[in-house]
Amino acid sequence: MTAPSTDTPTASAALALGDDALVLSHRLGEWMGHAPVLEEEVALANIALDLLGQARVLLSMAGDEDQLAYLREERAFRNLQLVEQPNGDFAHTIARQLYFSTYQHLLYARLAAGDGPFAPLAAKAVKETAYHRDHAEQWTLRLGDGTEESHTRMNRACAALWRFTGEMFQPVEGVDVDGGALEAEWLASVEDVLRRSTLDVPEGPRSGAWTAGAGRQGLHTEPFGRMLAEMQHLHRSHPGASW
Amino acid sequence: MATAAAQQTARTQPGTGRDGTAGSTDADDALARAFDAAVAADERIEPRDWMPDAYRATLVRQIAQHAHSEIIGMQPEANWITRAPSLRRKAILMAKVQDEAGHGLYLYSAAETLGTGRDELLDKLHSGRQKYSSIFNYPTLTWADVGAIGWLVDGAAITNQVPLCRCSYGPYARAMVRICKEESFHQRQGYELLLALSKGTPEQHAMAQDAVDRWWWPSLMMFGPPDDESAHSAQSMAWKIKRHSNDELRQRFVDICVPQAESLGLTLPDPDLRWNEERGHHDFGAIDWTEFREVLKGNGPCNEQRITQRRRAHDEGAWVREAAAAHAAKHTTGAPQA
Repeated sequence: MTAPSTDTPTASAALALGDDALVLSHRLGEWMGHAPVLEEEVALANIALDLLGQARVLLSMAGDEDQLAYLREERAFRNLQLVEQPNGDFAHTIARQLYFSTYQHLLYARLAAGDGPFAPLAAKAVKETAYHRDHAEQWTLRLGDGTEESHTRMNRACAALWRFTGEMFQPVEGVDVDGGALEAEWLASVEDVLRRSTLDVPEGPRSGAWTAGAGRQGLHTEPFGRMLAEMQHLHRSHPGASW
Repeated sequence: MATAAAQQTARTQPGTGRDGTAGSTDADDALARAFDAAVAADERIEPRDWMPDAYRATLVRQIAQHAHSEIIGMQPEANWITRAPSLRRKAILMAKVQDEAGHGLYLYSAAETLGTGRDELLDKLHSGRQKYSSIFNYPTLTWADVGAIGWLVDGAAITNQVPLCRCSYGPYARAMVRICKEESFHQRQGYELLLALSKGTPEQHAMAQDAVDRWWWPSLMMFGPPDDESAHSAQSMAWKIKRHSNDELRQRFVDICVPQAESLGLTLPDPDLRWNEERGHHDFGAIDWTEFREVLKGNGPCNEQRITQRRRAHDEGAWVREAAAAHAAKHTTGAPQA
């Protein structure tokens, strides 16, 4: 199976949001056993588990969760390029979390308030993502306003991932939110956190033909193929097996 | 007759040991007698109670080793998180590895109640002065190893740990109650994972059998050396830190596993394994204690890898911990400097 089920706007949207959650959960899972402090082993795993739970609900709205996760080719994945970026150091992981959790929290708050097909999931996920956002903001503050080294690392990470943030606000078929208003609120929030953390607000472009931003169309970055190879290998080695 | 509360007071000497001055001999004797009486009466010793130095040292050593085992034990299983073959299995495995980190946290806290902090214990782990369970020096080579660890390794751990819920030291006993509940879930998921493989394709069945073949004997070694060679057992039994001997617990584990292996449709790799009607237990073959001692000495397949990964995570995380400490210091020192 290579083509995702995008027959309806709801299935298409479920796939996009589900892939975001699935891929970021996987990246956070890579931290296990490597985190800088034991409390973060627990916290990062907790966030990864929340995201995996969301992914399973969303992918099941689009088809069979395991077929979709394990048997699609890279070009059929609809996740944002931001979430597939490698973990890097802890600062890169936190910057990725700050950008994505803020977006996801604002998005799910809107979806939970509506009466569309994602409202039930969003009602639960908005509570989870509020915690993810708080976790990312607290660490951004600590790293930004911590030591000289952590400040430098966090500035570098925020700048490096900035070009992946414009993609979050492109319209997604089946997701009924005002992308412009979402973006304005996201920018205000993230800029506020960065300033309070004594960090620079990155100046580079956040979207455009020559920057990142085509994950929703199935165009990904080089590290993603390697991530999928690892994730899908065992499942694909035993066609038709149950686990 | 002293009431329980009065006995508690008699055992508690908040000043003792803190200022470095020793009490009188009579007072020391009274405290020692109160400690012995409390242990004999199956009461819990609490952090502020007087306790013999050797009791404290034994507990710190044991709790630290247990905590280290939890965090090193994350590695062989985390090895499969990114390759888990279904999303359901991935969620279960992540939750399990997360639990292990949580167990590490409770146990380091329990050790802290005895006056030894987590940083000091981690330092001893990283420098090889304290150990972790040797079982984690074996590699997880296939997905079935995740099941074998749950069924056998966690099964052996539960057999060892359930009696610790009644250990004489209160904080350790209470931590173990919660840990045992979670370990029992871990054991069940391992059994269920192996059952799915055993009943699956021929390749999956073979994978499950291979994992059990590799993990069975090391699991039996988890109970420690035979009773007559166990260095710390007698004193720990007297202090009610330990309730059953290594060989008793090992036998209990074998007796539990044999019918479970049958239900799984898998064989245990021991030609001498058979029911002994007279003893009411299963007889089993000789354990290769040379292998046990070699792995303990650092010559197991993964000793170097496990400790290197642990040190690397710690070293690479140093700047993060320093940043958190610096940030906390800036925001707890009162008014900002003018």
